[in-house]
Amino acid sequence: MAKSLFEKVWDAHAVRTLANGQTQLLIGTHLIHEVTSPQAFGMLRDLNLPVLMPTRTFATVDHIVPTDQFVEPYADPLAQAMMDELRKNCADNNVTFFDRESGKQGIVHIVGPEQGITQPGTTIACGDSHTSTHGAFGAIAFGIGTTQIRDVLATQTMALGKLKVRQVEVNGQLRPGVYAKDVILHVIAQLGVNGGTGYAYEFAGTLFESFTMEQRMTVCNMSIEGGARVGYVNPDQTTVDYLKGRPYSPTGADWDAAVERWLGFASDADCSYDDVVVINAADIAPSITWGINPGQGISIDQSIPDAEIATSDDEKASIIEALEYMKLTPGAPIKGTPINVAFLGSCTNGRLSDFQEVAKFMAGRKVADGIKAIAVPGSQIVAAQCAKEGIDKVLSEAGFEWRAAGCSMCLAMNPDKLIGDQLCASSSNRNFKGRQGSTTGRTVLMSPLMVAAAAVTGQIADVREVFDVSSN
Amino acid sequence: MALERITAVTGQAVYVPGNDIDTDRIIPARFMKCVTFDGLGEYLFYDVRKDADGNDRAHPLNDERFKAATVLFSGANFGCGSSREHAPQAIQKYGFRGIVAENFAEIFFGNCTTLGIPCAVATRADIAKVAAAVEADPTIEVSIDVEAQVVRHGADSVPAEIRGSARDALLNGRWDAIAELHEGVPEVQTVASSLPYMAT
Repeated sequence: MAKSLFEKVWDAHAVRTLANGQTQLLIGTHLIHEVTSPQAFGMLRDLNLPVLMPTRTFATVDHIVPTDQFVEPYADPLAQAMMDELRKNCADNNVTFFDRESGKQGIVHIVGPEQGITQPGTTIACGDSHTSTHGAFGAIAFGIGTTQIRDVLATQTMALGKLKVRQVEVNGQLRPGVYAKDVILHVIAQLGVNGGTGYAYEFAGTLFESFTMEQRMTVCNMSIEGGARVGYVNPDQTTVDYLKGRPYSPTGADWDAAVERWLGFASDADCSYDDVVVINAADIAPSITWGINPGQGISIDQSIPDAEIATSDDEKASIIEALEYMKLTPGAPIKGTPINVAFLGSCTNGRLSDFQEVAKFMAGRKVADGIKAIAVPGSQIVAAQCAKEGIDKVLSEAGFEWRAAGCSMCLAMNPDKLIGDQLCASSSNRNFKGRQGSTTGRTVLMSPLMVAAAAVTGQIADVREVFDVSSN
Repeated sequence: MALERITAVTGQAVYVPGNDIDTDRIIPARFMKCVTFDGLGEYLFYDVRKDADGNDRAHPLNDERFKAATVLFSGANFGCGSSREHAPQAIQKYGFRGIVAENFAEIFFGNCTTLGIPCAVATRADIAKVAAAVEADPTIEVSIDVEAQVVRHGADSVPAEIRGSARDALLNGRWDAIAELHEGVPEVQTVASSLPYMAT
């Protein structure tokens, strides 16, 4: 019977059916970080259980690391305590830890792929909702809670109900100035922030086929913002080429066998889906959020919505709440809204290609007066690649503070925070109230080049008017 | 490891209105700088409960009438956003034993079930009905009956669905899956050995 990738990977990892009807699913690869794992190790100690397969868990530190301080102890003793706890838990349990001294540290969803740990046809879990990122490789990757981290550490499995699969098919080519980030913001605005609940999203169609791995990761990363716990792209030659020669990729004869197996996980052409949505890539414009959830998005040339457009009382209440929090005027163009901060980075858009694209257009340009602009590479390897290409210099000369790798101002668990009601043009993934570290701080999500355009002009701007993207 | 069979949770209730109440709202990220879940309860909904100076704002959880509440009512897409178990942990440590909402975000729902917190789905109209009864008399006894899939409030009741596998797990004391998962380890090893990437 024809199967989707989701079904193939699920079936290959299903251990048995549990008494309540859920599946005991084998989690081949487990990624951990400092925020959600310490309590799980504590639970293991309480139960007196060992880590079942220590070689299948990989750790890094990302959420709390200061991006302007490398030497420990960190200024924040709580951050240092979390760092120490992770280091100790990894050492005690023989878990590989990509610590800052390794030169391989970074945001967990950037480290896994660049090390070649993330592979097609695998199951991956991590105590972080953006684990869906790894689906870009044709893996089934789940964000999990801490008790489930304990389950995976102790049994390399977790209890799960099978998801339905919705194919999100996007065909055609993107217009100049439109990026992978715009695609996923568009999809979420179309399908809603909870439209994907109960589904895995299969991103298919000629657009995703033409995408690089980094573009695919940006899209899969934000699946959860549309309610879909899992998002994936079928593995193809692009996937294989990316993985060739990575530290954890198979080698020699194992490589050839792995490639054959990987490609075999792709959805069968005649498989059925629980739902199919088709979008035309040419309909997607540079996209931007105006509200307090990632589904409250519009294209850059649209106006800030008025509550009167609401089709339900709910939507109306939610628009009013968002406008009040964001201090935006309904009916006014979003373009021209003054910004205070520009943030480049995060597991959504903190990869080499994101910085390359920004650097290409920022050469010779300056961040506007009074704007705080920070650029935070997603990993130490991304930072090193940027240094090699001189990207760090270009951005520094343009007025961006070039920082060390981490999650940084995406969720502000480190010292990088908004102050008061500052408005941040951000390449991150969530615009929830208070998300960037100030209880009144305002986040506007957009693509990295849109962040650059906002930084240069000091206001929310159309990337196509600020930079010459036509030749891109 | 015998777990409690959770057939019902009963107590006073509080209604926190709103849709898309996200995990950052439930527990702001800065309070996750910890290596245990102890003490998270006091930071539940912190940024909507407190102003910049730490003084109480108008919020149902700050209302003396609802201080004893153990059943939480809210709107649609409750718990969206992060996978942080800190969110249900904060809810549980604050003293809540069950949640009723129009629907729940996926990861949040699973995290709650694993902690033995029943998450029941009711219609907006029915939630409003219970909220009105609680507003009229905050001491009214409210119960999420997991077995019968109803929410009782005083002498009345409204339907409240709890998804099959979660309901089964709660009723049979299997909401924390670790014991059952652990029993399966020999089979886990067999499946793992069939997968080349796990052989290393």
